[in-house]
Amino acid sequence: MRGIVFDIAHLLAGSLVLVSLIQLYQDRLTSLLRVFAIHAIVLALSVGWQAYIQGAPHLFATALLALGFKGIAIPLVLHRIVLRLGIHREIETVGGIGITMLAAVALIALSMVVIFKVTPGASTLAREDLAFALAVILIGLLMMVTRRNAVSQVVGFMSLENGLILAAAGAKGMPLVVEISVAFSILIAFIVIGIFLFRIRERFDSVDVSTLDRFRGGRQ
Amino acid sequence: MNVAYHAGFIAGSFILLAAISVPLTRFRNGSSVLYALAAVVSGLAMLSSMAALSRGVSLQAVLPFGLPGTGMRLELDALSAVFSIIVNLAAILASIYAVGYGRFDPAPRRVLPFYCLFLLGMNLVLIADDAFTFLLSWEFMSLSSWALVVSRHEEKENRDAGFLYLVMASFGTLALLFGFGILAGESGSYAFDLIRERQLTPFAASIAFLLVLIGTGSKAGLVPLHVWLPPAHAAAPSHVSALMSGVMTKVAVYGFIRVAFDLLGSPAWWWGTLVLVLGGVTALLGALFALMQDDLKKLLAYSSVENIGIVFVGLGLALAFEANGMNAAAAIAATAAIFHAFNHSLFKSLLFFGAGAVQHATGTRDLGQLGALIQKMPATAVAFLIGSVAISSLPPLNGFVSEWLTLQAILLSPELKDWGLKFAIPATGALLALSAALAGAVFVKAFGVGFLGRARSHAAIEAHETDRFSLAAMGAAAMLCVLAGIVPGLFVDGFAPAVALMTGAPMPDQSRLPWFTLVPMDVNRGSYNGLLLLLFILFTAYGAVIVIHQFVSNAIRRAPPWDCGYPDSRPQTQYTASSFAQPIRRVYGTLLLRARDFVTMPPPGHVRAATFRVEMRDLIWEKLYLPVSGSVLYAAEKLHPLQFQTIRRYLSLVFGLLVFLLTVLAIWL
Repeated sequence: MRGIVFDIAHLLAGSLVLVSLIQLYQDRLTSLLRVFAIHAIVLALSVGWQAYIQGAPHLFATALLALGFKGIAIPLVLHRIVLRLGIHREIETVGGIGITMLAAVALIALSMVVIFKVTPGASTLAREDLAFALAVILIGLLMMVTRRNAVSQVVGFMSLENGLILAAAGAKGMPLVVEISVAFSILIAFIVIGIFLFRIRERFDSVDVSTLDRFRGGRQ
Repeated sequence: MNVAYHAGFIAGSFILLAAISVPLTRFRNGSSVLYALAAVVSGLAMLSSMAALSRGVSLQAVLPFGLPGTGMRLELDALSAVFSIIVNLAAILASIYAVGYGRFDPAPRRVLPFYCLFLLGMNLVLIADDAFTFLLSWEFMSLSSWALVVSRHEEKENRDAGFLYLVMASFGTLALLFGFGILAGESGSYAFDLIRERQLTPFAASIAFLLVLIGTGSKAGLVPLHVWLPPAHAAAPSHVSALMSGVMTKVAVYGFIRVAFDLLGSPAWWWGTLVLVLGGVTALLGALFALMQDDLKKLLAYSSVENIGIVFVGLGLALAFEANGMNAAAAIAATAAIFHAFNHSLFKSLLFFGAGAVQHATGTRDLGQLGALIQKMPATAVAFLIGSVAISSLPPLNGFVSEWLTLQAILLSPELKDWGLKFAIPATGALLALSAALAGAVFVKAFGVGFLGRARSHAAIEAHETDRFSLAAMGAAAMLCVLAGIVPGLFVDGFAPAVALMTGAPMPDQSRLPWFTLVPMDVNRGSYNGLLLLLFILFTAYGAVIVIHQFVSNAIRRAPPWDCGYPDSRPQTQYTASSFAQPIRRVYGTLLLRARDFVTMPPPGHVRAATFRVEMRDLIWEKLYLPVSGSVLYAAEKLHPLQFQTIRRYLSLVFGLLVFLLTVLAIWL
């Protein structure tokens, strides 16, 4: 039984990294949002499994929060925003998708090496979890860096947060308060960024953040 | 009495005074009332310190706030008490002075709150017993005095002085921070008791010593860290200048003594030599720069640099003697240093009070605009003269005693075994003697050009005597100078507990000697009696006056063709401040200051006036400070584009840094 428990946790966390990669590959906003919803659902499954094997009921709450907000509510709202803004076209990426994917693979390797070297004493499950979580975080950051569109930057930020929650779920004994505050901070960030999006759109008829740059003082 | 009450009383009173100071300034005499209250608080703080010193106990307290695990530790031992007396005595005088002087302040609410906080900060530094409290109070003292320096910020000169002060103060605190970090070690034992118990390796101790020397030296004004001092001290209002010059530098000296003598344990052999040589150079350059100044307050500020040099020579001697196991000699040197610090706080306050009175009466500090003030401001002139005589270390005043003690300690150097010191100490003695002579010239210039001769401007003719509170403060300071000069034994005995704490043993008890004689070691080596000297001076001077009046004054005098060198009554025919300094500028200035005189004569037949211009360069500023500030500016210019990036670039920078650090971690672990 010990083996299958570990394998399923491993599978779910690994799937999260895989979905991250899929997410990075998307070049259309609508499909990106769909993959992001899958990302959140996989996260919810992974956290739920952790809750089951650790016997920690508060983690179920985390899983439900992740599923409700990030798996359903936020993608739906973002989808509506994208449709209303009429920007469900191609995403302008910086650099080719292929290079970005290679960079993501390198980041996964890096996070594996770092976590395995740093945490020799921890349990195998926690180490695997942390390594995958770090990989998801780094890929989320990579996504924010390589996309020009504000919506895809929001998605990158959210998947980064997903990585944080995965790490938090892996580390035993994280109090519920912290998780709720993380969930709410994401919600607030989402609201702020949503409003921010509409304001940008109102002003500049575009959600490409580079249009903002013209309005900054000083040099480019 | 518990030291927590001492600290709590000072902190509570000064914070309360600072809080009520702004509404008080709405009333006509509000600032006078506040300064009077500040004088009372300082007086009580001094009495409390004196009580602690006389009972000979060290008071300790740990307050439940401050650094976690350490708390806020306070201690009032003999060393703290002596310096607390120095600080609060000068604070009383400055506050009494300001009762009168503060009324002329155009913007009292920019001065009053910070004045109270400044006094509080200095008091707290002296009783801090852990590194955190010490640094906190130190920074508090720096920042509040910075606010006082820029209190007249309308003038660009003052703002520049404030900026330079802020930079140097931050630099000094940074050095102290690292110094205490080394002292505390990786275990983080910041309490002074724990630091004393730790055994540092000689290398770590030396690094900590150097850092603390830089940190406290920059506050005290050791060359080459003195550049901020003259402009900042000149920019502040005069009672604050008196405190900064007379007292804040002493707090820095206290910080150095606390670390070098108390916390660090036994000194390494070269520490004393380094401090000694730095002190000698500081004394010489301070005196030389002071002589070149035409601004009265800048002249006084540079003279503070000189006096700090003398104090540090004493401390260096004490370290050197202590490292060689000569505790009796070390006690003499340490006594000389503390005594000189005490004396300097008195006469420098007195002189700054005088300069403030002159500035208020004439509206200028430029010696070239003054002259003949002794007729308009006789009481100020007498007080200033007493201060000048004291600071020029002439007997029978107090400056002579402490400098004599320093030289006595220097004369003991042949008994040292270390050959380097055998050469370094007499050389420093020569520097000290030279700077003492130059200091004499400085104050002949300050008093002679400022108060004697004929008035050089309309403002000097219109000058009037200052108010009675200012005069009372100056009179009290002058009397204390005389008192410390004629009965030095009482003061030396008073400092003995602090000296015992520094060097292990105090100087021999002086109170057993008749007629207030001062004998540092034994009678054959040398003794000094200020009282007898004063009587001798009084009798001979009186005798000379009688002789002159009896036999010379009544003799027939004829109106001379040359009129004692003053056939022309225009004030331009007198010595100016710059021309008085010219011979010494020629001798030393050509090498040390790169001074050059330019005289342009009109061609024959033209009636244009000839012009004379002096050019001087500060080599320390050019060779040390300009390259540093230049490279900082260059780096800032290069880093400036980083400030104007797109959101994505910023993210990329953060991302890149994160990946880089993770890679480093992956490779190194």
